[in-house]
Amino acid sequence: MNRITESLSRLRAQGRKALVTYIVSGDPYPEASLPAMHALVAAGADIIELGVPFSDPMAEGPVIQRGHERALAAGTSLRSTLALVSAFRESNRDTPVVLMGYANPIERMGYRAFAEAAAGAGVDGVLTVDLPAEEAQGLNSELKAAGIETIFLLAPTTAPARAERIAAMASGFLYYVSLKGVTGAGHLDVDAVKAKLAMLRELTDLPLCVGFGIKDAASAKAIAASADGAVVGSLLVDHMGAAAAADSEAIAAGLVQRVAPIRAAINEMN
Amino acid sequence: MNNPKPVPAIDYQSVPDNRGHFGPYGGKFVSETLMPALEELETIYNRLKDDPDFIAEFDRDLAHYVGRPSPLYFAEHWSREVGGAQIFLKREDLNHTGAHKVNNTIGQALLAKHTGKRRVIAETGAGQHGVASATVAARLGLECQVYMGAEDVKRQALNVYRMKLLGAEVVPVQSGSRTLKDAMNEAMRDWVTNVDDTFYIIGTVAGPHPYPQLVRDFQCVIGREARAQCLDLTGRLPDALVACVGGGSNAIGLFHPFLPDQTVAMYGVEAGGLGLDTGKHAAPLSDGIPGVLHGNRTYLMEDEDGQIIETHSVSAGLDYPGVGPEHAWLKDMKRVEYVAVDDDEALAAFRKLTLVEGILPALESSHALAYAEKLAAQMHRDEIIVVNLSGRGDKDILTVAALDGIEV
Repeated sequence: MNRITESLSRLRAQGRKALVTYIVSGDPYPEASLPAMHALVAAGADIIELGVPFSDPMAEGPVIQRGHERALAAGTSLRSTLALVSAFRESNRDTPVVLMGYANPIERMGYRAFAEAAAGAGVDGVLTVDLPAEEAQGLNSELKAAGIETIFLLAPTTAPARAERIAAMASGFLYYVSLKGVTGAGHLDVDAVKAKLAMLRELTDLPLCVGFGIKDAASAKAIAASADGAVVGSLLVDHMGAAAAADSEAIAAGLVQRVAPIRAAINEMN
Repeated sequence: MNNPKPVPAIDYQSVPDNRGHFGPYGGKFVSETLMPALEELETIYNRLKDDPDFIAEFDRDLAHYVGRPSPLYFAEHWSREVGGAQIFLKREDLNHTGAHKVNNTIGQALLAKHTGKRRVIAETGAGQHGVASATVAARLGLECQVYMGAEDVKRQALNVYRMKLLGAEVVPVQSGSRTLKDAMNEAMRDWVTNVDDTFYIIGTVAGPHPYPQLVRDFQCVIGREARAQCLDLTGRLPDALVACVGGGSNAIGLFHPFLPDQTVAMYGVEAGGLGLDTGKHAAPLSDGIPGVLHGNRTYLMEDEDGQIIETHSVSAGLDYPGVGPEHAWLKDMKRVEYVAVDDDEALAAFRKLTLVEGILPALESSHALAYAEKLAAQMHRDEIIVVNLSGRGDKDILTVAALDGIEV
């Protein structure tokens, strides 16, 4: 069984909620990423979402945009991101890793070459922000053949019939975008998310993780009350920017400080 | 030119298909939040595009507000100097606001009115589309925000002030290369945030479906007029069409109505910047490869890792790493030949036309003029070229003066 499904099934059986943590590969510099991933696991992350930096990250708010810019300036690429996952797998065989990024670097590598390289590196799922269901068939079939879960976004604007079609193409979990906006936006409406998740549960048995706009322990806890998992991103990438000049140990320690209270808050839901 | 290449018999009305694809190009590559908005736009557009009332309203605005039809002007003096084919200029520079861009913003503003949305946003490079958007927004009483790369805000100060006078808010975009592509990223981010009450007026034949189709349809007035005017003035069709290509809206507008005319050769002129061999240019069709950016699959300027690279052109309106998907398709079909003209050649054509015809062309259009000059010289005196003079050059005076070392 794929690590994502295994992890989320286990949590569900225990009545626990998942903490999904997002950082950008190679942000603020390549050597910081591996200790950062291990630190996220130590601080209680259930799934690591690794942003693949792109020159034109259209769905990102300013904080994560700057993370992409820092990573690219430091020479990060899709290839180096896959190498990072391989290195992580040398000492971690359990924590699922999801790559989140944009279509063009994958197009450039080629769908099949990417799917095979990602599977070889130990990637468990792929979420491509600008490949909606209509355009995703080609990549999806290669990912499925390689045993990688195909994660899709659902949005507040997604109507039920459309959500059902997307869920049929998705595996691992569905990523519900909590608000109309970019990552890190500040207008999260917890009740609206709760109502939408209730609607989605009528359509699919896949776990529902919620992200965009979860800024702190309180909002993570509120979201985790109705979701299967909460995704925290901008909060961590903001730390990467603030600590850009620090050594990798200090960066990792700072991540733990930010993640631990969120983990504790989500655990209160269990 | 006496032996035009055989053109494959293709139904040019068959693209895009119902998913917005031009062969392998086009499509809808956006995040899920925007997909329903694109579907809504598609539904509204499909309902209105053949609606006689909508067409009549569009035509009325083009006639009385834009001042169409724009003339097809025989550039007799310039043609004589070049000493080859007879060159006609399609005078889009004489439109209200000074460029072809307004044809499209009039059309999209009418669509916005039908959606009931009270706010419009736009991206702009040279500022012409921003001005054209601010203009229609002012007229319809819509709130308007224009995203413009911080670098372009500097290069195009006059247009920035024009937009402000028109009541629009110009937002300088500081991310990435601070040019048109970054302005488009930021406009997309605005749209995803304000999708319920905001209509995004895309300025070119790129972006997610249905934009490449609807912008093309609105701009086709250029080619329809030019075709009829050429027949009227000369009794025959032109032998060649020439237009500059950034995103490609003025070019597709001129070319599309002529696509079935197999004797008409077509040349799309990209910005060669400092030269194709330097890598510092904005010519994805000449020197790029297919990829995905800004909602569509098309030819792009990118590196080996699929990162979009910074482009260079003296003309802000052509300074873009992508191109409309229909151009990508027309290139592969070999129906249109895509070529590049560098900064210096474009500037020389800018000066030349100004001196011999008393017409100050936009730097964007000057790329088409520079190529037309080369082409005409190889053609016979009996042959006819139509060049799309897509915009006027008033906005570029400060840029050219700075290159001359003059502070105006």
